[in-house]
Amino acid sequence: MKLLEELAQSLERGDSQAAADSTRGAIELGLPAQRILDDGLIAGMAVVGRRFKAHEIFLPDVLLAAKAMYAGLALLKPLMIEQAVATQGKVVIGTVQGDLHDIGKNLVGIMLEGAGFEVLDLGTDVAPETFVDTAVREGARIIGLSALLTTTMPVMRKVVEAVEKRGLRPEIRVIVGGAPLSAAYAAEIGASAYCFDGISAVETVREMLGVER
Amino acid sequence: MRPILRLLDGELRERIISEGRDLVCNLGVEIHNQRAVSLLVDHGARFDAARGRVFLTQESIDTALASAAGSFTLYDSHGDDAVHLGGDAVNFVPGSSAIAILDSATGESRSPTSADYVRYARLCSAMRHIASQSTAMVPSDVHERISDSYRLYLSLMTCEKPVITGTFSSEAFAIMRDLLVTIRGSREALAGKPLAVFTCCPLSPLKWSDVTSQNLLDCAAHSIPVEIVPMPLAGFTAPVTLVGTLVQHTAEALSGLVMSQLANPGTPVLYGGSSAVFDVRYETTPMGDVGTMMIACACNEIGKALGLPTQAYIGLSDAKLLDAQAGLESSMGATLAALSGINSISGPGMLDFESCFSLEKLVLDNEICGMTGRLVDGVVAKEDFPSRRRFEELLAEQHLLISDHTRRYLREEIYFPGPTINRANLARWAEEGSSTLGARAAAEVVRLLGEYEPTRLDHDTRQELKARMERAAAAHGMDRLPVIE
Ligand code: B12
Repeated sequence: MKLLEELAQSLERGDSQAAADSTRGAIELGLPAQRILDDGLIAGMAVVGRRFKAHEIFLPDVLLAAKAMYAGLALLKPLMIEQAVATQGKVVIGTVQGDLHDIGKNLVGIMLEGAGFEVLDLGTDVAPETFVDTAVREGARIIGLSALLTTTMPVMRKVVEAVEKRGLRPEIRVIVGGAPLSAAYAAEIGASAYCFDGISAVETVREMLGVER
Repeated sequence: MRPILRLLDGELRERIISEGRDLVCNLGVEIHNQRAVSLLVDHGARFDAARGRVFLTQESIDTALASAAGSFTLYDSHGDDAVHLGGDAVNFVPGSSAIAILDSATGESRSPTSADYVRYARLCSAMRHIASQSTAMVPSDVHERISDSYRLYLSLMTCEKPVITGTFSSEAFAIMRDLLVTIRGSREALAGKPLAVFTCCPLSPLKWSDVTSQNLLDCAAHSIPVEIVPMPLAGFTAPVTLVGTLVQHTAEALSGLVMSQLANPGTPVLYGGSSAVFDVRYETTPMGDVGTMMIACACNEIGKALGLPTQAYIGLSDAKLLDAQAGLESSMGATLAALSGINSISGPGMLDFESCFSLEKLVLDNEICGMTGRLVDGVVAKEDFPSRRRFEELLAEQHLLISDHTRRYLREEIYFPGPTINRANLARWAEEGSSTLGARAAAEVVRLLGEYEPTRLDHDTRQELKARMERAAAAHGMDRLPVIE
């Protein structure tokens, strides 16, 4: 469908106005929300993600694309609710207790949102229980933890333990990232995955939630 | 003439300063510490509780600039003066708080241990061109809650040089202060002869966390010097232009200066920085970027114009190994920094965006620092005029190898690097084993560690430092400290 292709392309160009226009056009044509979402918005962001990974485009291009996607999504939301279209899934993210570094965590959040996930960002200096409580309350199946200090990364273990203690494994998975982290450390504390950047976080979350593409 | 690098003309520099001042006074600073906010409000600042922002007054900035020291000295643990911070004096200090160490045996980076830390601190004593030590790595074999104070403890036990350090939490300050006071004998003696500088980093944009503001106030209360190290990232958490980032940097640094000076006028402050450009391709903060280096050098000019001694993170590399990228980024940064006259240059030994420390790189960087030292000594006439007599000697002898003039000035005029830098001809280099830079640096690390002399701390002081550290460790369930041979 040409209109949905145009919608996808408007995201690649980072053109919010065009994205909104195409989404409106698709809605007026009576296309189902699921299709507009999958073949327009998410398809466009997938191309953007691939090109970013291949170093053809840079971070600001991704952010502009994400902004355009939101311009479309805002119009589509009422229809999605009406037609009971499910989002791709929710992810709770935050920087662990004692740590104030949030640049990497914010980027991961933006990339996940850009890929169509609903992100609940708890900010910095977040207590272990808050992560788990929020995930349970919101029905999120993934908790993303960020730590940049060697002194705060042990807090991640506490989150994993809290998930375990409340019998929430394997429904809720914990993924971790930040400069002092490694795949080995993630394995040691029982986290489900370690990701070294936003793109790998998107890929990991997609895989975990069984999202195709 | 001392060669000087300048990037800003007077007009641009003054405009950046006045725009920075405008930001702190009219856009405000977000401060998450009640004591700091009250202190500022008591001195005329306006507090917008709804937005959590404090608006400073121009007068408070002027008062702070007037009370801050234009220069100060750091003394080693023996009490001798070691590092003068002011004017265009150049001092190097290893980069701080690495997460990892590059293990030269395996070529891989891994978590540092106490034994690695002690090797580092011993090596640091031998670095002739690096005047201070830093708490360069975070040992992973102690409880994380004491890892900031413990590295200061190891540094003080091992190396006499003054220490650039910092806390990871508010509670560590008291332990670290007590370690420093133990060496000097009293708080007054420590204030009189500063032994350490604490790093305090505002959050960009224009924000101070509870922990860091508290640290700034705690240091001020004890007249312990601080370096205020803003980190706006150009194009991300700051404007993409170097000028825009400099405006923000100025505002963030001034807000810290005012807090510190109101808390205790005269507290020594280094006008510091670790701003970087943001590499949007890799989502990283490259310290080896030329723009990052330009920001550091320009910040120094602003700090000096404000009448303050300066600090910057420059002369480090983003390479993952001790390779050509490491050499080029480190030497370019160190050279620009020395030419600028940055007083405390934090960088030697560091790789991978401030994440990884290498002992071999420290040895190489020591040579770079030595070369920059020669550079800033400049071109100076030494019994060179009138010239004819020396040339008559040359024509008569056909060389000047053993002339009095040569013997007098040889070591002053020509900088002779250590064995890490190879200057043999090809055949000799081949005969001596065709060594790589990495192998030579590794051999030099071993040689220097073999020559290590313990500090002159007396027995009682060592015992008291140990007892204090053991008590702090015990509070976190560690019944003893790691044993180091
Ligand atoms: C910028 C910075 C700061 C800024 C932070 C601003 C902010 N709003 O975040 C400021 C100046 C405030 C700061 C403060 C401090 N910092 Co700092 N900081 C850095 C620096 C230079 C860059 C970090 C960064 O933003 N990188 C860019 C982002 C994009 O990368 P990233 O964070 O790694 O994130 C990516 C991946 O890791 C991954 N990822 C990250 N999180 C997550 C989460 C999930 C779920 C997933 C899937 C992936 C993922 O994806 C991200 C995108 O690519 C690092 C150096 C370094 N090597 O990392 C030091 C560093 C982390 N800081 C350090 C220190 C010591 C401090 C201070 C204690 C200094 C002090 N004494 O005041 C304070 C800490 C205060 C506190 N309690 O938190 C040390 C840590 C040492 C250690 N052994 O733990 C470092 C290594 C520098 C150093 N060598 O001294 N810092």
